[in-house]
Amino acid sequence: MWTDFCTDLQSDDSRTNRHGFKVLYLKEFADILSSKRFWVMFFLFLLIGIVSVRGAISTIGQASQQAQQQGASLTDYLFLTLFTTSGSSIYSFSTFVGFLGPIFGIMLGFDAINNEAAQGTLNRLAAQPIYRDTIINAKFLAGATAVFAAVFAVGLWVTGLGLLISGIEPQPEEFVRIVVFLLVSVIYICVWLAISILFSTISRHAATSALACIALWLFLTMFLSLFATGLAGLLFPVNSQSATISTALGYYNLQVGISRISPYYLFSEVTQVLMNPNVHSLDIMSTLASQDSQVASYLPIGQSLLQIWPQIVAMFAEMVAGFAIAYICFMKKEIRA
Amino acid sequence: MADVIIRTRDLVKRYGDITAVDHLNLDICRGEVFGLLGPNGAGKTTTTLMLLGLTDPTSGHAWIDGHDCTRSALTVKKEVGYLPDNVGFYGDMTGRENLVFTGEMNGLTKKEANERATGLLERVGMTFAADRNAGTYSRGMRQRLGIADVLMKDPKIIIMDEPTLGIDPAGMHELTALIRELSVKDGRTILISSHELYQIQAISDRVGIFVDGKMIACGRIGDLGRQLQNEGLYMLDIKAEKEGMERAASDSLLQTILKGIPDITVLKKQPDGSLHIEAKTNIEGSLLAVLVGNGFVLREMHERGGDLDEIYRKYFEKAGESDGGTDTEQSGTEKHGLKEDVDRLLHRSAK
Repeated sequence: MWTDFCTDLQSDDSRTNRHGFKVLYLKEFADILSSKRFWVMFFLFLLIGIVSVRGAISTIGQASQQAQQQGASLTDYLFLTLFTTSGSSIYSFSTFVGFLGPIFGIMLGFDAINNEAAQGTLNRLAAQPIYRDTIINAKFLAGATAVFAAVFAVGLWVTGLGLLISGIEPQPEEFVRIVVFLLVSVIYICVWLAISILFSTISRHAATSALACIALWLFLTMFLSLFATGLAGLLFPVNSQSATISTALGYYNLQVGISRISPYYLFSEVTQVLMNPNVHSLDIMSTLASQDSQVASYLPIGQSLLQIWPQIVAMFAEMVAGFAIAYICFMKKEIRA
Repeated sequence: MADVIIRTRDLVKRYGDITAVDHLNLDICRGEVFGLLGPNGAGKTTTTLMLLGLTDPTSGHAWIDGHDCTRSALTVKKEVGYLPDNVGFYGDMTGRENLVFTGEMNGLTKKEANERATGLLERVGMTFAADRNAGTYSRGMRQRLGIADVLMKDPKIIIMDEPTLGIDPAGMHELTALIRELSVKDGRTILISSHELYQIQAISDRVGIFVDGKMIACGRIGDLGRQLQNEGLYMLDIKAEKEGMERAASDSLLQTILKGIPDITVLKKQPDGSLHIEAKTNIEGSLLAVLVGNGFVLREMHERGGDLDEIYRKYFEKAGESDGGTDTEQSGTEKHGLKEDVDRLLHRSAK
């Protein structure tokens, strides 16, 4: 089986296909980098990053002055709070990524396939010596590369700026946490890239797919939690007389379970734990149990990752599932003008 | 048919209840220009897509140069250039960049691709617009760039789908000359699908007439005409008039006289004033005698059937009418009539 696979990789056809893939991938990547909308989004993110870090610094400054007056210290992981603290009139950087990241992904993918079809280049491209899936693979990978590059560029820029302005020195562990945070952000945005490519495959017009993506994004980001609360309240009436502790638990589990469908919710959970070593668990029972007895201590990065591993895997699975459906739809699509 | 390069056997494609291509058996020889002629929706595009492996056939097989079009699609795509109907280019790249991209996709280096693109742009007469964004091109320019694009991979076989659709007459003439040259000068095999009769006639060595997914006739244009004659169908267009007589009166007199000739089956007045005659035997001799005997002067006489015109009219326009017809009953009978014609044509020649 394995040797079959290897000989297949060496065959003339797959070599031709790989070459085509490379050419197409580079072309797609170059297209993204030379597109206006990519740079508009990129600079928007950069601006937001800078402003949110400034806001965070002023908040932290006030807080630390207060803490000093009381003779206490804020936290040992001060640098991380640059990413998670909101200013007086602006959200924190991590909130912005959670909120606007999807738009970045959608913008890169919403017209990937249908624009090609509308231009009449899809059948010409499909007639080149490549397998059909190479087209969608190259497009997704080029998009993912662009997301990776943009997120790390902005993230590291913000890190450096925070370092310069605040003078806070990041510990090595904090730096690792930031890198992991950026990687998770890439996955999170790629979920939306995959979804938008899916919509671009199934809808004929770019406008339709963009609107469908935005609708889904709004629903998952804003309304799913409302829906989850409503449904959980209906099935587990916590405010009634007969409510027991198990009703409350059922309510909580259902509500969180539904909310976790949304990549936004998953991402915010990941950020909570990853960027704040003080948070020990996301599970309500262990949080309640440790509330009284909790010793103020920090989780090492390995333990933090362990807490959010399911969320990361779930996000990754959503990305893979979105791309897989897009892939299947594309392979079954009728290629004609 | 010594050297068959494109071969299909019982090729069928169904979309739900609709059979787009129905048991197609096609043999195209190396180096010839084959015209696939048929009305819109006859299954021409579906056939070309199946040949390229872009659509899977429901049943049956197609081979190009010995390779199965479905199983070894990649090998086929290496050898076959495809010019789709209404070809498109990346609008934010120049014509030259578009060509270079295609060249690179086909394994050329950037330098080779650039050189070939320059040569081909010259050949299709697009050098003047080569460095303009392809988004600004007119339809005719896109079509010419499309031919250059196909040639970037230096294919043995070129499949063109409606290449002259929506192009002005001058551009059409250039384009047909160019296509003909690809076959004669470069020795490429060309499969060209179109519903435009005259263009096909000007370009093709052989034609296949395609209606409702079936190929109802196939052969050299002359042979097809003779095929019709062999089964007793002679067609003439004449223009005749009598001196000193009014036009309408002369015409009706002429029709009455001609009805006297045995073997004439159809007499029809045409918009340009000529009279269309169909007969079971060659009636030229008796026709002339009758005309002269009645004092008519023969202005024009054309023998039909030597070109595609009548074949077209007989098989293809009927199908077109019944496709577009709103009266289902009428179209039903017409289709029936068409089917009989087809059977007659196919079986008579087989006998």
